[in-house]
Amino acid sequence: MADEVILLDFWPSMFGMRCRIALAAKGVKYEYKDEDLRNKSELLLKMNPIHKKIPVLVHNGKPVCESLVILQYIDETWSDKCPLLPSDPYQRAQARFWVDYVDKKFYELGRKVWSTKGEEQETAKKEMIESLKLLEGELGDKPFFGGEKLGFLDVAIVPFSTWFYAYEMCGNFSLEAECPKFMAWTKRCMEIESVSKSLVDPHKVYGFVLQLKKAFGIE
Amino acid sequence: MADEVILLDFWPSPFGKRVMIALREKGVEFDTREEDLSNKSPLLLKMNPVRKQIPVLIHNGKPICESLVIVQYIDETWGPESPLLPSDPYERARARFWADYVDKKIYWAARSAWVLTGEAQEAANKEFIESLKVLEGELGDKAYFGGERFGYVDVLLIPFSTCFHALETLGNYSIVEECPKVAAWVKQCMQRESVAKSLPDQHKLDDHFVALKKEHQAQ
Repeated sequence: MADEVILLDFWPSMFGMRCRIALAAKGVKYEYKDEDLRNKSELLLKMNPIHKKIPVLVHNGKPVCESLVILQYIDETWSDKCPLLPSDPYQRAQARFWVDYVDKKFYELGRKVWSTKGEEQETAKKEMIESLKLLEGELGDKPFFGGEKLGFLDVAIVPFSTWFYAYEMCGNFSLEAECPKFMAWTKRCMEIESVSKSLVDPHKVYGFVLQLKKAFGIE
Repeated sequence: MADEVILLDFWPSPFGKRVMIALREKGVEFDTREEDLSNKSPLLLKMNPVRKQIPVLIHNGKPICESLVIVQYIDETWGPESPLLPSDPYERARARFWADYVDKKIYWAARSAWVLTGEAQEAANKEFIESLKVLEGELGDKAYFGGERFGYVDVLLIPFSTCFHALETLGNYSIVEECPKVAAWVKQCMQRESVAKSLPDQHKLDDHFVALKKEHQAQ
């Protein structure tokens, strides 16, 4: 019996993009459903009653919620192709540590860069650059965080790059100038089909951020 | 060659206790080094340069940081005959979802209830009880969150039970009344040797919380 796979998502969501990349990398056919977050569908509310958030992966009617939980589920369920997590427990722990770091730091810093001004914004910009430099250190001379091929950490981080143009415009700074190695890694990821067809246009993201700012009355 | 396993910890930390319980469940011999968080050791700063936090597990000289990452590492490295996570990918996803819920909701609500005052504290108290009720619903009539066997979510949540008494007194409610199933689950877990041996003495902890509260109020 064929698998029924649905992804409840929202097009600019970095967390949703992670799932899109993983599904594409594994060659999984799925139905993409874009949610209106101001008017959440009955399906979303039924599949994620606890958090009521996207992304949600619905596999043969059963929901999986939280992007990192979804990534590991995809990796373990469709394990024959393109493994995302390494097999060695220590290397898996390192990948999980850095993904946890990115989730705890990056999203909040990004939000501050586009939605605040003055000292709060300057601090957020500085910390964002520091975080990217730390990640550059972790990347080292490897082409990808996963080594020779795209891995768990690459899939988890690369969607944030679609928001960089918006951060740069809102924060009036250049991430490329400060973190060239990180940007080079982003470009390498974009050469991979599962990534390029899953990520959205950074200019569209900037348009979305401008709409958000207007809606929230942020200058 | 025998494994060298060292845990860098701070005795009241529920996150450190997660690691202790997991190690004991797997029958792993380990040494604990107590950290003074106001004067962190060179070893801690070397082993966790990014977050500079406990717990850190050092396995044959190699560090693993972040309690959820450490517990998964322990599960993947030792005792395959007594796994903490289930083997089915969907059940594993459920366990990881609830682990994430414990960290996002229970920990933050408890912490907020502790450090805030007035109306904000009341709101935090309410959120804590509501989050605990969600867990009560998830536990249902099962012996443990994992079903028949003590598992991943149980390991991650049980250390927070040491804070329950302090929170009850602060918020003027009774967990036995609000969440009888969770209260019964706590009693059941405390009968396990790994839990009883790992959790700190309740009286010592209560005194520690009182002192901490006084310090907060003085600031």
